[in-house]
Amino acid sequence: MFPSNQTFTRALQQKGINRRRFIKFCTAMTATLALPPRYVAQVAAALEKARKPVLVWLQFQDCAGNSESILRSSHPSVLEVVLDLFSWEYHELVMAGAGHQAEAALERVVREEKGKFLAVVEGAVPLADDGVYCTVGGRTALDIARHVCPNAAATIAAGACAWDGGLVRAHPNPTGAVGISEAVPEANVINLGGCPQNPANTAAVLVHYLTFGQLPAMDQYHRPLFAYGRIIHDQCERRAHYDAGRFVQEWGDEGHRKGWCLYKMGCKGPEATFNCPSVRWNDGTSWPVKAGHGCLACASHRFWDVRSPFYERLPQVPGFGADVTAGEIGMGVTAAVAGATIVHGIASAIRDRMRTQPEAVPPQASNQPPKA
Amino acid sequence: MARIVVDPVTRIEGHLRIEAELNGGAISDAWSSGTMFRGIELILRGRDPREAWIWAQRICGVCTTVHALTSVRAVEDALGIEVPENANLIRNIIGASQYVQDHVIHFYHLHALDWVDVTLALKADPAKTEQLAESISPWPKSSRTYFKGIQDRVKALVESKQLSLFSSGYWGHPAYHLPPEANLLAVAHYIEALEFQRDYIRIHAVLGGKNPHLQTYLVGGMSTAMDPNEPQATINPERITFLAELASKAQTFVDQVYIPDVLAVASFYRDWFGRGEGLGNFLSYGDFPQGSVKDSARFYLPRGAIFNRDLSKVQPVDPANVAEYVTHSWYQYSDGDQNPKHPYQGETNPKYTGPKPPFENLQTDQKYSWLKAPRYQDHPMEVGPLSRMLVAYASGHQEVKDLVNGALAKLNAQPSALFSTLGRIAARAIEAQLMARQVSKWVAELGDKLGHGDLRVHNGEKWDPDSWPKEAQGFGFHEAPRGALAHWVHIEDKKIKNYQAVVPTTWNAGPRDAKGQRGAYEASLLKTPIADPERPLEILRTVHSFDPCLACAVHVVDAQGRCHSVLKAS
Repeated sequence: MFPSNQTFTRALQQKGINRRRFIKFCTAMTATLALPPRYVAQVAAALEKARKPVLVWLQFQDCAGNSESILRSSHPSVLEVVLDLFSWEYHELVMAGAGHQAEAALERVVREEKGKFLAVVEGAVPLADDGVYCTVGGRTALDIARHVCPNAAATIAAGACAWDGGLVRAHPNPTGAVGISEAVPEANVINLGGCPQNPANTAAVLVHYLTFGQLPAMDQYHRPLFAYGRIIHDQCERRAHYDAGRFVQEWGDEGHRKGWCLYKMGCKGPEATFNCPSVRWNDGTSWPVKAGHGCLACASHRFWDVRSPFYERLPQVPGFGADVTAGEIGMGVTAAVAGATIVHGIASAIRDRMRTQPEAVPPQASNQPPKA
Repeated sequence: MARIVVDPVTRIEGHLRIEAELNGGAISDAWSSGTMFRGIELILRGRDPREAWIWAQRICGVCTTVHALTSVRAVEDALGIEVPENANLIRNIIGASQYVQDHVIHFYHLHALDWVDVTLALKADPAKTEQLAESISPWPKSSRTYFKGIQDRVKALVESKQLSLFSSGYWGHPAYHLPPEANLLAVAHYIEALEFQRDYIRIHAVLGGKNPHLQTYLVGGMSTAMDPNEPQATINPERITFLAELASKAQTFVDQVYIPDVLAVASFYRDWFGRGEGLGNFLSYGDFPQGSVKDSARFYLPRGAIFNRDLSKVQPVDPANVAEYVTHSWYQYSDGDQNPKHPYQGETNPKYTGPKPPFENLQTDQKYSWLKAPRYQDHPMEVGPLSRMLVAYASGHQEVKDLVNGALAKLNAQPSALFSTLGRIAARAIEAQLMARQVSKWVAELGDKLGHGDLRVHNGEKWDPDSWPKEAQGFGFHEAPRGALAHWVHIEDKKIKNYQAVVPTTWNAGPRDAKGQRGAYEASLLKTPIADPERPLEILRTVHSFDPCLACAVHVVDAQGRCHSVLKAS
């Protein structure tokens, strides 16, 4: 199944990776990408290429949360991503060089690797007032993005801000911020929404690119289907409680301690798509709903303005056996199943009243946020 | 006189630019500029104060969690909410583990390459490296075979001619002084620390759902439900055991790797105990309440201010004495730019007057930064681990005194040596050691509460906005890893009317004020010798010793709620 000749083994050793670990890694990657096992060999073959693809990571109006997130990558480990799989030649947060030596490194990649390198973008790009709200080396973010991204084979928008402007673009968008595909329409962009992006997905996109030389299948928002194709509610470990009408009513109550459904506390899981419940975070340790807080739908389009107030209960929820796809959610076709859901919500509330003490008044945020 | 520009300053969070004037081989003046602005406080206006922390946390993803905590404290202060003891304990564990995580990443991944020449590791003798490692620490990963493997990996990287992150370093710079074996040891620990931080931060995953950007804070407490008998409870005995294990491993790593490495590196760069001195004024809000957040006398890390390096006097701190100047910042005050404003009266109308990009130099005699200039009683102050450790030391905090005196004895140095670039590095390492212990203690305490059936994590009395007064304002603070952090919130009709943050890197990296007093970075760079103006490694050493975080530092709010008209660049 694997190329087992001497050269391959030596190549691995030179990279400081033992063979067993390498195969384990290829298998894990193949699984994350939802590829049949026969692709393990192809993944392995791609990864042993002599010359590593070059990658540059640009930070604009960012918080570096996506950079930090990739530092937490566990399979492959950040070291494998940065040193073994790619030559990671520009990334302000962690690169050795500074000042004009750093800028020269970026320039060299654009010049010598034109059309071959990958660009990752973190943060929004401000367009207002000639872009003065973000400069690096005296150049605006827009200037740099226009110079780098169209010359890259592909641009990965890491996190909400790079995708759609994120929080920086939330009302009133003081700096005229936008995501990278709006700032540079000619770039070949894949969007990895989330606040931040989950490093398991980012690593999988990188490995997919290494293996097949192209980006994975994407949805209407240019997000990879393998990570954004399923509704959180359908993958949630608390789903059985929703179906049985068992809801957390107050923070720290009995239901909260028993891991019941957080829908009434404002959870946006029923209208959010992401693989958060299955890949989880930090080496699969947890995710927000497991830790007792509702989902913010942080991987949804323009979620800051669209999904807040975060503690307000969703008015209508698909589910309870209804088979709704992520695409339909994205298109806003949720109304078709809303009727059934409202009935379900009322029924479960009545059941709760009959079973326990009188229901506490559910929290209702009375203010609406300004809409952009 | 030559002018040096370092932009971007890398291995920091955010966008920082340093301009320095060189006279006779040393820096005669320096200017620090933040070059990115988002306007998060403006975006916060009109939103539900209960979710302000979710938004404010995104001020920074490196100092993740710190703005979330500060924000819930500000809203709790405004609404008069006391959180249950468990919530305070969980917040302390998250905060203290963030110190350990941040300080380790800072030393190895953001700062070490200023002192370690990676390419020199190739010249090391693995057997001698083994001797060196075993002479400074009992850490078991110290065999010559292990170091040979690391060296081979570096060799493969260099021979591939694809040096990745290391491609643009100042390698071969004359200011690098470590022997080859120390370089190899440091490279090995750079790699181990990458693994460590990934492993350790699962403490935040358990208590926060994820890292970066934890998602379990609530105004009134935490969402991490506790139950000794429930498998699905966020905190149960199994999770406590897991947390305790991570906390214990971190203590070992800090004691056996981080601390010995800092002492070893410092011993080769003793001249840096005399450089990068800076302001000599130090501020700490204090933190880690043991009981009410209002009871500052019982904070684990004390509150106080030190002026003019006088360790014999710790002054009390009152947040009412904080004010910000915009004289040299790209903002405009309605009554002129000469007088500072307290955050409750704060206004920030962005007004860029710098050169039109692309530009070569800033107009440093005018406005030159997106950072404001905060002052305490009109004094510029340094904040961060050094300030906290000095305030604790001077306040007679016994554990801090023991650790500081122990480190100074090993380095054969006086307390005055702490006022320096290396002093900041040493204080940070000592603080990591101190707080790694506290994480273990607080996890044990939480386990104890769980065992005794104290399960309260949230005070819901004021969760319903109908229970709030028509108007309220509050102050929230936190000693973040990078220093004194505070948010001021003004709530009206259940919405945020005004929000203001004064953050650590604004204190440290801010520009001059109306009197021309320099900020902490600017002051600390003075007199620093520069061996090669083309490769100003010495500037990076001192600026990095503060652990800059620029995303945090730039923010905006307009107290009057006006929309801003931003003038075009001239």
